[in-house]
Amino acid sequence: MSRSIDRDVGRFKQILRGKVRENLRKYITHGEMIGRTGRELVSIPVPAIDIPHFRHGQKGSGGVGQGEGEVGQPVGKGQGEEGGKGQAGDQPGSHIREVEISMEELADMLGEVLELPNIEPKGKDSLKSRKDKYTSIRQTGPDSLRHFKRTFKRALKRQVTLDNYNYENPVVIPMREDERFRSWKTVTEPESNAAVLYIMDVSGSMTDDQKEIVRIESFWIDTWLKRQYDGVQRRYIVHDASAHEVDEDTFYRTRESGGTRISSAYQVAWQVITRDFPPSDWNIYCFQFSDGDNWGEDNEGCLKFLTTDLLPSLNLFCYGQVESPYGSGDYIRELRKLGEKFDNLILSEIDSKEAIYDSIKEFLGTGK
Amino acid sequence: MTLTFSRQLPAEIRAAQDDIEERARSYGLDFFKTIFEVVDYEEMSMLAAFGGFPLRYPHWRFGAEYDELTKGYAYGLQKIYEMVINTDPCYAYLLHANAFLDQKLVIAHVYGHCDFFKNNAWFAPTNRKMLDEMANHAARINRYCDRHGAETVEEFIDACLSLEDLIDAHAPHIRRSPAPADERRPLDPKAEEKQYDLRFPSKGYMDSFINPPDVIERQAKERQQKQQQKEDNRSFPAEPVRDVLLFLLEHAPLKDWQRDVLAIVRDEAYYFAPQGQTKIMNEGWASYWHSTIMTRHGLTDAEVVDYADHHSGTMATSPHRLNPYKLGIELFRDIEERWNTGRFGPEYDACDDLHTKEKWQKDLGLGRDKIFEVRRIYNDVTFIDAFLTPEFCIKHKFFSFGYNDQSNYYEIVSREFPKIKQQLLDGLTNHGRPFIYVVDGNYKNRGELYLKHKYQGVELKLDYARDTLANLQRLWGRPVYIETIVDDKPTVLSFDGSQHESKQK
Repeated sequence: MSRSIDRDVGRFKQILRGKVRENLRKYITHGEMIGRTGRELVSIPVPAIDIPHFRHGQKGSGGVGQGEGEVGQPVGKGQGEEGGKGQAGDQPGSHIREVEISMEELADMLGEVLELPNIEPKGKDSLKSRKDKYTSIRQTGPDSLRHFKRTFKRALKRQVTLDNYNYENPVVIPMREDERFRSWKTVTEPESNAAVLYIMDVSGSMTDDQKEIVRIESFWIDTWLKRQYDGVQRRYIVHDASAHEVDEDTFYRTRESGGTRISSAYQVAWQVITRDFPPSDWNIYCFQFSDGDNWGEDNEGCLKFLTTDLLPSLNLFCYGQVESPYGSGDYIRELRKLGEKFDNLILSEIDSKEAIYDSIKEFLGTGK
Repeated sequence: MTLTFSRQLPAEIRAAQDDIEERARSYGLDFFKTIFEVVDYEEMSMLAAFGGFPLRYPHWRFGAEYDELTKGYAYGLQKIYEMVINTDPCYAYLLHANAFLDQKLVIAHVYGHCDFFKNNAWFAPTNRKMLDEMANHAARINRYCDRHGAETVEEFIDACLSLEDLIDAHAPHIRRSPAPADERRPLDPKAEEKQYDLRFPSKGYMDSFINPPDVIERQAKERQQKQQQKEDNRSFPAEPVRDVLLFLLEHAPLKDWQRDVLAIVRDEAYYFAPQGQTKIMNEGWASYWHSTIMTRHGLTDAEVVDYADHHSGTMATSPHRLNPYKLGIELFRDIEERWNTGRFGPEYDACDDLHTKEKWQKDLGLGRDKIFEVRRIYNDVTFIDAFLTPEFCIKHKFFSFGYNDQSNYYEIVSREFPKIKQQLLDGLTNHGRPFIYVVDGNYKNRGELYLKHKYQGVELKLDYARDTLANLQRLWGRPVYIETIVDDKPTVLSFDGSQHESKQK
């Protein structure tokens, strides 16, 4: 039974989603929902919405209660800061509602708010999946695929035209030539797959705060790319003076010390790409996060690696430089030299959590 | 869409209902025919979200309520056992998942409510055919949604709901002014234009003869004057008006559909008002009767423990929230006891020997009659005012508490009877909400609206006040003001459509 409340609930959820969209920037930078992801849904805390009325405030308010207790004994907590100073009606009230939103919807919101263009995948022609769809009819086939209704109709038609049909005793007997069978067509659908490589500098100069930034940013990048491609494969690489491929969990938790040789990470990345993701078939994304403090003599090797191997085969190479109290931050300057020659090289400086928002926009705003 | 779920009541419950109904009548309860229906939790939540009705106009706030109720149920935080609405016949909904014992308890409880609805004076002016009326409202608003767009209508409803409690809850019982003419005009947008179209149809070259310019001008002037006069008559109101909604209906520049929507919101607010005015009495009365009927007749031996458990669950008290069920039932019992033993009147009041007072016994046996009388003519405020006694407060460990803005805690303020009573009455008067009046509908002679908050020691919640003011402005169209007290100083808040202002007076 369709109930009249369903419409109201639907509308209410719509309004809540509107709230999420309005505050998406806040959610992006605070990363508070990342811990709450389920497989398909994230639940996002949203301040309750209600209809304002003229009401009494807390000051001077009170009531009557029942029970033990001396004068002066507290019976309940107030609601914190009273309004008046803040923005009208925008304070979180006593209720917080959780809105459940699918990852896809969240990605759409992200795209809308950041004005991200949809990605034009490459490799459309090279990778195809075949599917059989039972959409047509033919005259021969196995009995299991016999189309009863069509067969019956043809038999009926034939009998009526031949005047074999007895209205008193309506028996229809199909003959061999009346039979019709379901048949399939093979449809090829282009499939576009994406591989994302995350590279992070875990040398001593990267602090936990910076890793947090990387974590939040890669969450949103993931969310967006997953929406854009059917299948997204992720690989994680950490490096200091030497590089390793690690799993996701380790990626965000490892802390090592020592020097920094970025070229080692590029080498591992290239291995992974040639091994698992032939660039002709895959849309490959590479996101590198570092504090930009590379071992001086290594820079040249890095640039060479980028120009000859990596950049030509990647959809995007994004370098995000987080600000570090220790690092010199030279590396981004080195990369800028390449910036003009390759339009799939994107550089972004992320100096605080607030900058994540713009950085995502820079990275994904190209539509590649 | 069906208006009722019209499901056959299980035979067992049907039998229990007949039995309890007869018991209730034998005690003198007097109610409209009561129709019970068994619903599942989702239906119950929907009914509760709709204020007890199966059909309401479309609005997200019902959805929000429903969402909260179903989640609360799913997480085991709350459960609605029963729902009953004030109509003739009375409709009552039982939760399908209730145990049989609970169904009996609830049925007995419902008959208490039904008796109260029918006999309490504060319910007398309510529309007993509200079920149909609500459906009418829904149909009308749906039509406006189709015609003007759901969002436009929703926004307007939001604004109206923001003001919904600015009514004069006593108005149905008193005539404050001559009955206001129903200003709602027929829904024909052309009618007005036609009325003012003074020109006769004519060909261009004949126009100055058929419609002589000076005559047209004179007529236009007359019309303007007439309107001016109408405007002048609106220098109002003569006295501050509580029913802000009525004032808006009569004077705000609303379109016909908007006026109708506002009238609907106001109608429904008046319909629900008595339930707010008699919460303690109504629940107390119903609890008194479920307790009486169940403990004397309704229980089998096996059910006694469960009954006691559920009954005391309903009666549980907490330090910072007064339980209306508990206060109501205890006060009714106290009244019955006092009138049975004769502990009232000048003789009892004059006695200052505590010992004699404690043993006071006159065997009057007037208790039952008295509580029936009380349920007929009192509401919560007068009920507490007349029957709350110091002895009662001590027995039930009442205290008053207040907000301490230093510690951000509510703290116990007093255990003295006058203070407790005062606090209780403050909380009940006007539902504990601020008194707001329209003082001037033509403020500064510029058609601006000036409201006044009657300050009684508690200041307005400012963020809400600003938002509400903005909604009021949407209806009124011109700048709006409210005079109140902010940080102990008289202040006027205003909103002119784009900017909020706050000026000390």
